Amino acid sequence: MRVAGKGLIDRTETVPFVFDGVGYEGFRGDTLASALLANGIRLMGRSFKYHRPRGVLTAGSEEPNALVTVGTGARQDPNVRATMQEIYPGLDARSQNRWPSLSFDLMGVNDLAAPFLGAGFYYKTFMWPKSFWEKVYEPVIRRAAGLGALSGEDNADKCESAYAFCDLLVIGAGPAGLMAALVAARAGADVILADENARMGGRLLAETYEVDGKPGHAWVDEVLTELRSMENVRLMARTTVAGAYDQGTYAALERVLHHTDHRPHGAPLETYWRIVAKRSVLAAGALERPVAFRDNDRPGIMIAGAVRAYLNRWGVSPGRNVTIFGNTNDIHRTARDLLDAGVHVAAVIDSRHDAPLSDDYEVIRGAQVSGSAGRKGLESITVRRASGEQSIQTDCLAMTGGWNPSVHLTCHMNARPAWQRDIEAFVPTPGAVPGMAAAGACNGAFSTAACLREGIAAAEACLTDLDLKALKTTAPLAEDAPYQISPLWAVPGKGRAWLDFQNDVTVKDVKQAATENFRSVEHMKRYTTQGMATDQGKNSNVAALAILADATGRGIPETGTTTFRPPYSPMAIAALGAGAEGAGFKPERFTTSHKATAARKAPVIEAGLWYRPSYIPREGETTWRQSCDREVNMVRQVVGVVDVSTLGKIDIQGADAGAFLDFVYTNMFSTLKVGRARYGLMLREDGFVMDDGTTARLDETHYLMTTTTAGAGDVMKHLEFVHQGLRQDLDVSFTSVTEQWAQFAVAGPKSRELLNGVLDTPIDDESWPFMACGSVSVLGVQGRLFRISFSGEHAYEIAVPARYGASLFDILAERAEALGGGLYGMEALNVLRIEKGFITHAEIHGRTTAYDIGMGRMVSQKKDCIGKTMSQRPGLEEPGRERLVGLKPIGESRELLAGAHLYKEEAEPVRVNNQGYLTSVCYSPTLGTMLGLGFLADGPERYGEVVKMVDHLRGVTTLCEVVNPVFFDPEGGRVRG
Amino acid sequence: MDRLIAKTPSDGLLPLTVGSVTLSEEDAGVIHSISPFKDQRKAVSDAMKATHEMTYPAANRMTGKAGARAIWFGYSQAMLMGVEPDVSLSKHAAIVDQSDAWTVVRLQGDGAEDVLARLVPVDMRSTHFKRGHTARTLLFHMTASISRVGDNAFLIMVFRSMAETLVHDLKRAMEGVAARG
Repeated sequence: MRVAGKGLIDRTETVPFVFDGVGYEGFRGDTLASALLANGIRLMGRSFKYHRPRGVLTAGSEEPNALVTVGTGARQDPNVRATMQEIYPGLDARSQNRWPSLSFDLMGVNDLAAPFLGAGFYYKTFMWPKSFWEKVYEPVIRRAAGLGALSGEDNADKCESAYAFCDLLVIGAGPAGLMAALVAARAGADVILADENARMGGRLLAETYEVDGKPGHAWVDEVLTELRSMENVRLMARTTVAGAYDQGTYAALERVLHHTDHRPHGAPLETYWRIVAKRSVLAAGALERPVAFRDNDRPGIMIAGAVRAYLNRWGVSPGRNVTIFGNTNDIHRTARDLLDAGVHVAAVIDSRHDAPLSDDYEVIRGAQVSGSAGRKGLESITVRRASGEQSIQTDCLAMTGGWNPSVHLTCHMNARPAWQRDIEAFVPTPGAVPGMAAAGACNGAFSTAACLREGIAAAEACLTDLDLKALKTTAPLAEDAPYQISPLWAVPGKGRAWLDFQNDVTVKDVKQAATENFRSVEHMKRYTTQGMATDQGKNSNVAALAILADATGRGIPETGTTTFRPPYSPMAIAALGAGAEGAGFKPERFTTSHKATAARKAPVIEAGLWYRPSYIPREGETTWRQSCDREVNMVRQVVGVVDVSTLGKIDIQGADAGAFLDFVYTNMFSTLKVGRARYGLMLREDGFVMDDGTTARLDETHYLMTTTTAGAGDVMKHLEFVHQGLRQDLDVSFTSVTEQWAQFAVAGPKSRELLNGVLDTPIDDESWPFMACGSVSVLGVQGRLFRISFSGEHAYEIAVPARYGASLFDILAERAEALGGGLYGMEALNVLRIEKGFITHAEIHGRTTAYDIGMGRMVSQKKDCIGKTMSQRPGLEEPGRERLVGLKPIGESRELLAGAHLYKEEAEPVRVNNQGYLTSVCYSPTLGTMLGLGFLADGPERYGEVVKMVDHLRGVTTLCEVVNPVFFDPEGGRVRG
Repeated sequence: MDRLIAKTPSDGLLPLTVGSVTLSEEDAGVIHSISPFKDQRKAVSDAMKATHEMTYPAANRMTGKAGARAIWFGYSQAMLMGVEPDVSLSKHAAIVDQSDAWTVVRLQGDGAEDVLARLVPVDMRSTHFKRGHTARTLLFHMTASISRVGDNAFLIMVFRSMAETLVHDLKRAMEGVAARG
């Protein structure tokens, strides 16, 4: 019901919106909850477990009941709190967790079964048969109990992430936060003031108090106007500071577009902020707690502070005939506000025997509300006093059990709050989050004047830390009434008294947990699920632990709280992962030849962050194998070209470059001649193989190392570590030149013919023998040439500055094709190297030693190197170790599968008989059979033996002959041309 | 005879203007990394001063001016941009040609700071990150070098191979900033 003359909304602008398919009107500034209440709608949702009808309980982000789904189709946004959703023209909201409709929900039958569904019911009932849990019970339970759902479609609305920095972050823009921000800003500090509401002001917008002689909201407007005029202040409305982390980092979620259906191009729906603040002031206010009594969840029963907020901020009375129940003077404030607005107050039930009386309304002292009645909404309450029970007709009960300071953020770094007896509530422990000071209601200071004073004091303390001087500020005049409370958690009696509205947990459930010896508050929480819903127990934690304390005969401080964890209020995964969807998932690295192979419709494979062509199909080829086989034959018979720029290239210079390489490689490099390259093997400190590649000596003190594509970053890091951490004595420096050079392998019998067409000075065997390297002129451009081979063919790698990469690639491709060759991709490259028994990271996968891969003798005996000592540990060279072999299928099945395991031919293929495994397989068009590389116990001593490959996953068994891993051209004649 | 044709890293991707911010490819000329040999940093700096009129930059700083500058690039490394390094430097430092290794772009316009605030975990506001300041940091998921070269202009460098991702990420951030008006 709208109340004339009340509220801070703009009544000149009506806003149409839809709830559950019915059109309503509200005003600009309304939330969905306030607009529905204004339209007389009390029933807004169904509870999670029992599907009980529920109305709105609060007016803030802690709302447990009024959760709705906003929008349709891909944009469908579930579990939106109606109390936070601003209405806008076209808003389409729907209630959740009901079928077929909100007012008639068939799943309400759960409520009748409630006696059987108490805490621990699922744990006890659905224990067996074990397999039924995952397949039967859980899906059924999940379907019945739940919240809203996502659409399953890709939401076109995007979120963004951003960083902000400031001297002082003020969290919450109520009286304390505004005052803190003002004092700090006037002193010249860089201030960010964040508030989760669309409109700043906090409780000053919800109460009728005056500040500095003017209405609270007018004072708020004045302060905001001043703050807006200052360049050193950033106001962030609709921004929830959700987490406090190390070193002054705070997570915050800004709801950028939820209040409108306007979607400017590129605009984010939400922004996930990481705010780094030198100091912060927490002014998060307090949350009012409900009282547990029988059927206290009926729509129409609300928090007293929320009733005042709806009345004073939105001009809505949630009822026409209101009753009020509680244990603090707030209930009298509520009564006065309602009476002033012309709303009838049926009775005020004050649990305190010494409560103040009033001439304007009936006060029932020392009494409690012990029950409620009504179909789908409150119609009457039962009031119990010493003399007996009485029923009072009412359509709205405003209740309060006192206030809980919002200590949440102060606990995010593992601190626990402290119990403060005089206010019956937990308050922050000072210093709980380094650099953060709490001020105002979140610090247990509940009067407006105290909030203003604490805001000033907190800001001044921060300014001192920041070496800034505060101007003298006196707190504006404001109410300073004492807070008088006597404990009131639960009203004894039969029936269900609800604690956690969102997860349907009752007082009885908590007591049951204690009875079953789940006495720790953490155990109680998990047994009953209290506090585990999306409101994280904001409305129920303290009451639940008070009841647990009572049931276990302990005090509240001894019982303690559960852990407060970020985020403060629910946050979409879309916001946390903002920007990382689609192409933003990770950087994409493209070679200079990428466009050329893409134009030839080559599928790509990812190698680290790089994209490389898998194969380059030609017309008529329908399978990858056709293309791959052709490319392999092409290289073996004519010439092939492949982009190898992705391999890591590290320029190494310095007087001690050779000595350094001797230290990181197992073999010698200081003895390498200038103009020659050598294959090198690198070990980790633990003695296992780290990476391999060729290193060329370009000059006396100048080397060029190549690494594997995936290992480039790790090798660079390793070199820096060894230099900076172990061998600072050596004068050497490293520079990555991976990106500087476009490098192409040219392999095959006609490789030199192809190259001589682009080299300004032709080469021959004499000038450029196997493993030679040096500078060349490539069509007038200074390049580098290396005669190295990963295919076993007569091959080279030619490098030019990357700007010429695309151009050279095109020329090489065209000329190779003219010679009867062409481009090849990763699949063919892999086949070629398997045929030659060359290793990749499939073999040097981190658990193999140089000995295992048949390169034990490459660990030089003449010098020390990283990993050498550790590679000689007992066990690493002992008989029975699995070592590299080649495998060829010989039986009926010709199929080899990487990842399959090896067994003796006659052995049962079970774990204890395992003899090894396959790491790489391919079909070799050169040899007309599948080939495999793998590791087999004592493998090199078993050439000729038949072993059994079994792939349990794919159900394949193949007999294989153990052979030398170099299947093709074992003499190496081809590579020398 | 065939001729090799040069292409820039951001070929076909830039320039791009969204709202008040423009992203364009910067022709930085030749780029060489300068890594002083052991105990040679001062000698390098002196040689640079004598031949290029700029010192070897301190951490997070840039020396020289538009057209010829040296940008601190991490531990024991600076990038000399726009001028061929004098031969005298090679006595004291490893000089490596990096002219083709980096995508170099300029982000300029009102709101450039806000665009970077969407991607860079460093305070880029002019009160904190002044002209002549540089940082090796992240640009979303990429490692980058970012320097302030004007009141509202930044020089950004990422690996050459990541040019497309750089433009993708910056464009998205530029659109987000522009949409807020």
